[in-house]
Amino acid sequence: MAERFSPGDRVRTSRDDPPHHTRVPRYIRGAVGTVVEHQGDHPLPDDRSRGRPAPPQPVYTVRFAAADLFGAGRHHVTVDVWEAHLQPESGGQ
Amino acid sequence: MSGDHHGPEASVAARVRHLESALEARGLIDPLELDRAITAFVARASPANGGRLAARAWLDPGFRERLLADANAALPELDLSMGGGLQDQRLKVVENTEQVHNVIVCTLCSCYPIALLGPSPTWYKSESYRARVVREPRAVLEEFGFTLGPEVEITVWDASAESRYMVLPRRPPGTDDLDEAALAALVTRNGLIGVAPV
Repeated sequence: MAERFSPGDRVRTSRDDPPHHTRVPRYIRGAVGTVVEHQGDHPLPDDRSRGRPAPPQPVYTVRFAAADLFGAGRHHVTVDVWEAHLQPESGGQ
Repeated sequence: MSGDHHGPEASVAARVRHLESALEARGLIDPLELDRAITAFVARASPANGGRLAARAWLDPGFRERLLADANAALPELDLSMGGGLQDQRLKVVENTEQVHNVIVCTLCSCYPIALLGPSPTWYKSESYRARVVREPRAVLEEFGFTLGPEVEITVWDASAESRYMVLPRRPPGTDDLDEAALAALVTRNGLIGVAPV
């Protein structure tokens, strides 16, 4: 399936706080990071866990600066995020 | 995961046994097959596999490149795999350099390349490690007795999806005369997670 994002793209992680299962860690919600790579296509856990159709979709390794996540720190954190939880940095919701 | 049979883990163990019984009763699993799979898994998987990968990467630049580009494709060169389950998990190997040091965590649960390296350490599964290493990795490494120079950048990899991560440590200095087996023996489980230099 075609990927929406490419390595180097700046993306913003969803701010959603759903009542159901999700694999977006709280500490990256709403944060902007850089796509490192497309790591594969997998069913969205949010849907799969609720018994909904969950066709594989792209998952990206996204790199964040600690200062952007926590307001402090000089390190970086990479997190693997499903495409459904990412928008371009400046566009989308 | 089975160390404490009286605390909270006891209830998890009980639920696992109940689940096993339920699956067996429905004919969905064969207990003998399960035992065989677990025995084979435990026999094959260990940090020594990570040591062998590191040693080969240190000695063979071509292998190192292949391991970093596509670890799943490179593992069979050493007769290794991420298999053992319904499907192979994707392995990502991240390389420590003079400028960058890598540390692995799973903040959401405790994902770890167990099919290759065996079980993860208890501390890796602790809420303390999982919460703190993404926020203050340098301080956490200090608590492991590992001091990184201030000029070294740290990248923490959170295994939040289907990939499993392993660190390729730096080859220690003064090891020019060691053969591949001796080099592999230098590598520790903590080094493959990134809380030790090797």
